[in-house]
Amino acid sequence: MQEIAVSALIVIGAAFTFIGSLGLARLGDFYSRLHGPTKATTLGVGSLLIASVIYFSTSGSGVSLHEVLVTLFLFITAPVSAHLLAKVALHLGVRSIAPPPPQVQSARGAEGAATDQRSAPRGSGSGASTTRATG
Amino acid sequence: MLRHWLPHPLLTLTLVLVWLLLVNSFTLAQALLGLFLGWIIPLFTLRFWPDRVRIARPWWLVFFLVKVLWDILVANLAVALLILGGQRYTRPAFVPVPLELRTELAISILANTVSLTPGTVSAWLSPDRRTLLVHGLRVRDPDALAREIKGRYERPLRDIFEPPC
Repeated sequence: MQEIAVSALIVIGAAFTFIGSLGLARLGDFYSRLHGPTKATTLGVGSLLIASVIYFSTSGSGVSLHEVLVTLFLFITAPVSAHLLAKVALHLGVRSIAPPPPQVQSARGAEGAATDQRSAPRGSGSGASTTRATG
Repeated sequence: MLRHWLPHPLLTLTLVLVWLLLVNSFTLAQALLGLFLGWIIPLFTLRFWPDRVRIARPWWLVFFLVKVLWDILVANLAVALLILGGQRYTRPAFVPVPLELRTELAISILANTVSLTPGTVSAWLSPDRRTLLVHGLRVRDPDALAREIKGRYERPLRDIFEPPC
């Protein structure tokens, strides 16, 4: 019984992690791609961790609660890194399907005009993929 | 006097819990070591925490967490469907959300919540901290999205961290 539950959770987790990475490849622009890893992956890792708790708690060595910490740290850090990536992308003027909001333009002010032209061409290409690797 | 030696009781409690979970054993020795770390770390990092964290209604925080966890579950399914459906179904947009929250902790919790829930990522906070810019994956009505974020997440957070005096 417990083996079925663990296997089901692992398959679900793997599926969601896969969909999350698929989103990285399929979605239109940098900002949309940010949605994949922050969400689909959260549930993916969540199910894998629940499977881990069930497996190690029932395999004789006492209750294992390490996984709670992993979940906690993941839920704190994933949105922060996504926020920072989006903020930097807005600052550099990365190409976006949705029109970039006027508030950011005005806050960037005069110094933004220079960086805008420099960074616009490498919108979704190398710039986005290198940022992804670290995030 | 107590305030001087124990500046952040909540942080101390959290650190003890985190320590016990990290070592994964609940013995007296580890609890004492955890208490020591929970006491000494806030003293050393005092500069990063100038204000004491005040949670006016701790129990509401529990309800809020349950609600957010449920929303995360729904968000995952919705975003998974959007990704599988492909680009035709997405309609990305930036939505400015005017903030009424003033506490830094409350604002960061709101931003984190927005990033974890249905099809939205918090992208930018205005320098005066009065507008949170949210990027939505499928936005049909920007005003409705802003209203939903304000009603569903900002109002409870205001009740928890900044109750009307």
